[in-house]
Amino acid sequence: MSEAKEYKYVGTRRVRPDGYDKVTGRANYGADLALPGMIWGKILRSPHAHAKINGIDIGKAESHPGVSAVVTFQDFPEKSQRNPSAQNILANTKALYHGHAIAAVAAKTEQIAEEALGLIEVDYEVLPPVMDLDTAMAEGATLINENLKTAGLPEPATESSNIAARQELKIGDIDAGFAEADVIVEREYSTPTVHQGYIEPHACTVRYDENGQSMVWCCTQGHFDVRASTANLLGMELGKLKVVASEIGGGFGGKTIVYLEPVALMLSKKSGNPVKIVMGRDEVFKASGPGAATKSWIKIGAKNDGTFTAMQAKLVFEAGAFPGSPVGPGTMTVFAPYDVKNAKVEGYDVLVNKPKVAAYRAPGAPQAEFASEMLINELADKLGMDMIDIRLKNAAREGTQALYGPKFNEIGLVECLEQCKASDHYQSAVGEGNGRGVAAGFWFNIGGVSSAVIHMNPDGTATLLEGSPDIGGSRASMQSMAAEELGIAPERIKPIVADTEMVAHNDTTGGSRTTFATGMAVIEAAQDVVRQFKERAASTWNVTPDQVDWSDGVARNTAGDGEMTCAEICASAGRTGGQITGRGNINARGAGPSFSVHIADVAVDTDTGKVDVVRYTASQDAGRAIHPSYVEGQIQGGSVQGIGWALNEEYIYNDDGLLENPGFLDYRIPLASDLPMIDPIIVEVPNPFHPYGVRGVGEANIIPPLATVATAVGNAIDRPMPDLPCSPPRVLKAIQEG
Amino acid sequence: MAKVHVSTSVNGEPTEFLCDPHETLLDVLRNELNMTGTKEGCGSGDCGACSVMVNDRLVCSCLVLGAEAQGKEIGTVEGIGSNDSLHIIQEKFLEHAALQCGICTPGLIVSTKALLEENPTPTEEEARYYLAGNLCRCTGYDKIIRAVMDAAESMRRGA
Repeated sequence: MSEAKEYKYVGTRRVRPDGYDKVTGRANYGADLALPGMIWGKILRSPHAHAKINGIDIGKAESHPGVSAVVTFQDFPEKSQRNPSAQNILANTKALYHGHAIAAVAAKTEQIAEEALGLIEVDYEVLPPVMDLDTAMAEGATLINENLKTAGLPEPATESSNIAARQELKIGDIDAGFAEADVIVEREYSTPTVHQGYIEPHACTVRYDENGQSMVWCCTQGHFDVRASTANLLGMELGKLKVVASEIGGGFGGKTIVYLEPVALMLSKKSGNPVKIVMGRDEVFKASGPGAATKSWIKIGAKNDGTFTAMQAKLVFEAGAFPGSPVGPGTMTVFAPYDVKNAKVEGYDVLVNKPKVAAYRAPGAPQAEFASEMLINELADKLGMDMIDIRLKNAAREGTQALYGPKFNEIGLVECLEQCKASDHYQSAVGEGNGRGVAAGFWFNIGGVSSAVIHMNPDGTATLLEGSPDIGGSRASMQSMAAEELGIAPERIKPIVADTEMVAHNDTTGGSRTTFATGMAVIEAAQDVVRQFKERAASTWNVTPDQVDWSDGVARNTAGDGEMTCAEICASAGRTGGQITGRGNINARGAGPSFSVHIADVAVDTDTGKVDVVRYTASQDAGRAIHPSYVEGQIQGGSVQGIGWALNEEYIYNDDGLLENPGFLDYRIPLASDLPMIDPIIVEVPNPFHPYGVRGVGEANIIPPLATVATAVGNAIDRPMPDLPCSPPRVLKAIQEG
Repeated sequence: MAKVHVSTSVNGEPTEFLCDPHETLLDVLRNELNMTGTKEGCGSGDCGACSVMVNDRLVCSCLVLGAEAQGKEIGTVEGIGSNDSLHIIQEKFLEHAALQCGICTPGLIVSTKALLEENPTPTEEEARYYLAGNLCRCTGYDKIIRAVMDAAESMRRGA
């Protein structure tokens, strides 16, 4: 257990070290690099949702003036062609969704590349599109992958199916649990395909070098994974490929896999020129992300006092055109906030003719917990209980056995619920005609592999190299933690997101791991530096290192006279044994789960069905907030992404399976004018496995808004709202149909 | 097609460039003039990441042709604040942690400056509506609006 001790820099609101570059336009993002001799790449994309590719003729495109290279799936080395990810990057024998990449061109200018795309002749045989779960799972459905058999069935599957996998989790005796119940509620829910909606489109600039070092510059959440995937697909050694993570303009899980990088590198290899590819916004919507659409069925049994006796769920997730939806974390999180003795969850991963889903902030949890939290509110209503009280009655606490395996350590759900209940928002009456909702969310958080290096400079300043792309201000946290350990001012420490040649492998920025795990690597590297400071001072004074005290950036001789500042030790380091570098290469265990509880009040225009969020409060357990402003920022940002998911955002496909809203005008993410202030409550129940008590804070906050807002809308119009989004047409229909 | 010769002013500097007739001002700034501070998020005028000033009018530079810059005064984020002193709006964005990934920030700085020049005393609602064309996916806008309101107050006090 971390003690509540006073810190000098941890917990302070400092200006972020990368801030100056970002407010002046100097920061360089994915599309901002140009190289000498660089040419432009463009991707030809499928105009069909589902089609057999009988042939691709690139002859005319190749001979078009100004075109340097054209590539298709056949340009992947033979070994890579068996890798399923290759077939998402460039289609092989079938186009599997509207926008699926078919071929790529590199040319002198963007315009020539665009013209050349029009000269590629593709012989498509159009197949019926499979666009929703019911169609995909129906008897005799058109098969998206003829060789796919359902994994995870009690008996091995014999027939091919669009159902890629089934999984099940259970605890206790579900039938006995329902038999024990005084009240049983059940309902079906659905959520649409959504997009992460980062403002920066995917982009990269690459240079292939046959003899030496190839280079990829790109916006990614994990440049080490870009290196691994790209090198693997092109049959290269890791050491021959350098990947530089540019500044990244949002990711939310959507920039954890590669789309462009291998294609650009193949174009560069073929043409001999550096190649730049930047996706258009329509390509981002059509062919990257999205977040999975789902259908869920939930059933809950409870005693009259609100105690849950049984919880059951069936969760069906769209995977897109390739297996791998986040239904797994969906099944694990759906009831995780609650202490229930009898539970059973089934999950299905199902193919449809949509882009392969990518991680999206707490992948799987918002959809799954939307359904369970909605039904808990319905149950509370039926029992005449307060929405927070019913959760407090059943809340997971230290020692609670989670359905997904572990027993919880110290966790902060009860604290989040209690602080929300005590908030001015919850204590205030709901406005006339408005509705209120409450919901909770749980996310695991992860740790994993992180590497950091601190070089001490001769003037006593420090260069901190870490390998986690900084999406939301993590360099500020790294700087504060290093300063705390070194005892020097944060401004004297320069944190840098290092490329793949400058530090050892780092896992991708995701799972809310960076401040926790990379933070621990930074702390370890700083402690390594301090150990060397003590050794150098000891050798200067002819004492042992344990006779040296290090505090506030000064070494003191406890066995005699003498003080040496950090700057003095660094200035003389060359004479006392060479320069000083600290290293922290770790696999961080013990990521503490984060819980989040939200309250929303909404007003509904009963003439148009438009919903306005009029007040919003969001609590989350941060363990320890290293930089409170950026913790609040995560809470507010996650809340608003969730509000968008609840109210407006959805992919709209036509009958032919073509995406009709691939732009920000029609895929409407929240605007400044749509929202009130979002009141954050930072709860701090320290994570016992982190030196400062940190829990990841990036994800749990996007889970509660879906049910919080949909419950509020339902309460405002006195109708259940089990299907998202609660968009004006749907709300109006609910009002009119009664 | 022949390139168009354009004489203009960018952030007060007389500037000449050649561009294709169809080339947007955004592409000219980024690819011809190497001024990558102005960002592209959508290319269709929906996100505001490419906001610039053309003769004191706030526009999306992805919806303006490079050739239209002829004889005009263009203002971009690179012209706001100087090497040794940030503009008060930039300072307030940093102080309030009004950015996370930062890709929308240049556009928001340009738009906020236009707002406060047009209306030095905006209400919160006026600020939210003026900036509705600048999408941010990270912050939920809370800290942005606080930074804008604080900048407005500081600018009024300083005036």
